[in-house]
Amino acid sequence: MENWRHNKLAFAVLALPPTAWLVIFFTVPLIIMWVYSFAERGPQGQILLAVNFANYLRAIEWIHLGIIWKSIWIAAITTVITFAVGFPLAMGIAFAPQKWKNPLLLLVILPFWTNLLIRTYAWIAVLRTRGFLNFGLEWVHEKLSVVLAFVGLGGVMGEFQPLELLYNQKAVVIGLVYVYLPFMVLPVYATLEKLDKSYLEASLDLGAGHWRTLLSVTIPLALPGILSGCLLSFILSMGTFLTPDLLGGTDSEMIGNLIARQFSSSRDWPFGAALSFLLLYLTFLILWVRASLAGRQQGPV
Amino acid sequence: MSDGDAIISVQGITKRFDGDVLAVDNVSLDIQAGEFFALLGPSGCGKTTLLRMIAGFEVPSDGTILIDGEDMFNVEPNRRPVNMVFQSYAVFLHMTVAQNIAYGLKVVGTQRAEIDTRVAEAIALVRLQGLEDRKPDKLSGGQRQRVALARALVKKPKVLLLDEPLSALDAKLREAMQIELVNLQHSVGITFIIVTHDQHEALSVADRIAVMGEGHVLQVAPPMELYEYPSSTVVADFIGQVNLFPVEATEARDGGMSVRVGELGEIALSGSKERVTHVAVRPEKIRVAPAEPDDPGLVKIRARVRNVSYSGDQSHVFFETPGGLGVSARVQNTDRSLAAVARENDELWLSWRPEDVQALAD
Amino acid sequence: MAATAETSRPVRRRGRRRSNPLDYSRKTWMRLTMGGAFFFLYFPIVSLIVFSFNDSKRNITWKGFTLRYYEKAYENSQLHETFLNSMIVASISTTVATVLGAMLGLALYRFRFPAQGPYEGMVHLPIVIPEICLAVAMVAFFATFEIPLGLFTITVSHIAFSIPFVAVVVRARMAGFDRSLEEASYDLGASQWQTFWNVTFPYMQPGLVAGALLAFTLSLDDFVITFFTSGPGSTTFPIKIYAMVRFSVSPEVNAASTVLIVVTLVLTITALAIQSRASKG
Repeated sequence: MENWRHNKLAFAVLALPPTAWLVIFFTVPLIIMWVYSFAERGPQGQILLAVNFANYLRAIEWIHLGIIWKSIWIAAITTVITFAVGFPLAMGIAFAPQKWKNPLLLLVILPFWTNLLIRTYAWIAVLRTRGFLNFGLEWVHEKLSVVLAFVGLGGVMGEFQPLELLYNQKAVVIGLVYVYLPFMVLPVYATLEKLDKSYLEASLDLGAGHWRTLLSVTIPLALPGILSGCLLSFILSMGTFLTPDLLGGTDSEMIGNLIARQFSSSRDWPFGAALSFLLLYLTFLILWVRASLAGRQQGPV
Repeated sequence: MSDGDAIISVQGITKRFDGDVLAVDNVSLDIQAGEFFALLGPSGCGKTTLLRMIAGFEVPSDGTILIDGEDMFNVEPNRRPVNMVFQSYAVFLHMTVAQNIAYGLKVVGTQRAEIDTRVAEAIALVRLQGLEDRKPDKLSGGQRQRVALARALVKKPKVLLLDEPLSALDAKLREAMQIELVNLQHSVGITFIIVTHDQHEALSVADRIAVMGEGHVLQVAPPMELYEYPSSTVVADFIGQVNLFPVEATEARDGGMSVRVGELGEIALSGSKERVTHVAVRPEKIRVAPAEPDDPGLVKIRARVRNVSYSGDQSHVFFETPGGLGVSARVQNTDRSLAAVARENDELWLSWRPEDVQALAD
Repeated sequence: MAATAETSRPVRRRGRRRSNPLDYSRKTWMRLTMGGAFFFLYFPIVSLIVFSFNDSKRNITWKGFTLRYYEKAYENSQLHETFLNSMIVASISTTVATVLGAMLGLALYRFRFPAQGPYEGMVHLPIVIPEICLAVAMVAFFATFEIPLGLFTITVSHIAFSIPFVAVVVRARMAGFDRSLEEASYDLGASQWQTFWNVTFPYMQPGLVAGALLAFTLSLDDFVITFFTSGPGSTTFPIKIYAMVRFSVSPEVNAASTVLIVVTLVLTITALAIQSRASKG
């Protein structure tokens, strides 16, 4: 790496244009937002510049706190479920024969490369009352009833009640798990893959069963990757907009939706800006926590 | 050799890896209780694979392994009465020394009080007192190895398996550890099986050694027998230094045989073998002298010094006979004066006893 | 004496030989779990694609195979227009973002400069920031400077968030570059520009291509930011699908979605193929 002073011209030519673009079309918008977050909403919806914390205070009003809390809650549940689904998947790939590893990883990532909208919307057909999941359950219900009728317990199961799985929190969680699964699988896989298998063999050799080995040895040693995956999943879920918008109902409005509302129907940009920055701060906080944890983990060789 | 005594019996074990890579080819061995047994061979000879099959981490493609008479077919590694010290030591980084050692006892539900006692004993055994609460990243390589040893021994296995345990240590430490391992084995009294590619190591620690090559066992014998009476040129060449002279003709002769080796003439050997392609003489058995020795029974030849490799306590001198035969001899530097050291182009007499000659086939 | 033990005929056994203890991918329960996970991952998309061929308006049960809805989608002039819009935006965005991103990637790879840490943080921010925050920030920005929302604003925003991704890809590619090639070029008398063009640039190319394909995909697929920075009459393909989705779930939507999926897939696979060929070179 050269010192920039040794080649100021080349450095300027390379670094200035992209920096200029990013400053103008990224940093400046953020600054404007930041300024707005202290502003006020005028009677006709314009923005009156001011400097007060009214918006931020409003953001932590009870109803809004509820939404913030719900966002955190949904993100947390999503992260847990994503881990429960993603960890075995990552383990399976990490312990698969070498020639299968990349194809399997590709299979995991491929859905990620389809449009977020499509991925989310596809779940509507699955989760709705007359959707695939309920169809499947109905079929099982039917077959079970037949079997039971055979044994003389005909009416026990009763009518099939389809599950209300759409336009509520459950749908949002399912959608989020679906969308962010690769973000859990990849870091966990990377860590597991690099893990020295002889640790696991040592644990087995000493008499531990596979579950014990998993809990006492594998997971502690794979912790950095697991944390990465969980934090990524959490951050992304918390800031999501489209999934609750398409799949959610009245009980599942999240921060992202609240912010969006301020910029469309409610026309309260200052408030939206404040909310937006709160979300940003939360995101940064989590990233900072992750970075300092990662720093501490560097110790053992 | 009766099966009854053997603590480990390997019978016809074969291991094939993806496709046709034959790592272990129809190997059979019996290891006696209380032995310090070594599996010796170059990389890729199958010794580590064999060890891992005994431990249970590789499944044999064919054959049987009996541990203390019990067939280990389909027995998981965590249920076998053997424990392993891994090459990388695999000491759990997130646990202290004491927790590492206690691990194997905890996972089988041993009582707390018993764990404490046995862990303390193990720590004393490997002399790690005072380091109980240290994390592995604060330990040296040698200390970590002792943690790995203690961790395995605390479970009182029937057999301890060691996968190249000393390869990561520097030379001086390695020598010290070899002695420690032998003492440890004697005091604990259980069977040790060590895998190593270092023949000096095997010779110095083992009671018996199995030399392996390309998936086969070439010879199983105690160190001295292996060194002095190798069964083939491959083994003779692998263990220590050796002179191999091609044999032109053999002839049976009253209770023994005589071989003709070019310039060296006829050598009378006791015993007989069906097929002899070479004779072997160890360099240290060759006497180097300025004058021709008197004894007519010795094999003798005059040769010119080609090269001297000096290593302090001894010199390895390479000779060439008038007929072009290469001979290497090892000379102890028992005399401090510079005059005693052989120099290039000196003409000296080499001699050795026929008893020190081993007839071999390749 | 020295002798190997006699080989005895091994005993024939019943029962399946187990696999290596750590061979988790061979165990049935693992295969079931993984199969379940993959089913979970692919069922929605596959069913969507399959039902785009469904001969039924309501799209609930399978009524027969048809390409009707593809025709319908094809004839939908609005879809056409938005598809075209998406292509235009993506093309421009890709071109500009690739050039700027490559420059940034090179600069980061090559130079040490003051405040490098914070600078890198700022430059990589668009990657970690929640999309909604960025989207509303762009809206505020354009409003402040009274720039009407339309294809221009969409494109500008796309470029902004694509640059860091391209920079990361290019930088990763350059990490494997042997500097002594450049030094040899100077030693032989070439100028900086000549060295760049003849030595550095050829090496960089696979990274450029991968970065460009990434930028194209990001632009084509983007929804949230596009949604907020688009104006009337300037919708892109995903936005149009969104509108159709809100309206009803019909096979036409599926058809349009499938087209988008296929285009994205083809691009992605091409990018991967180029990258893997490059890493062998």
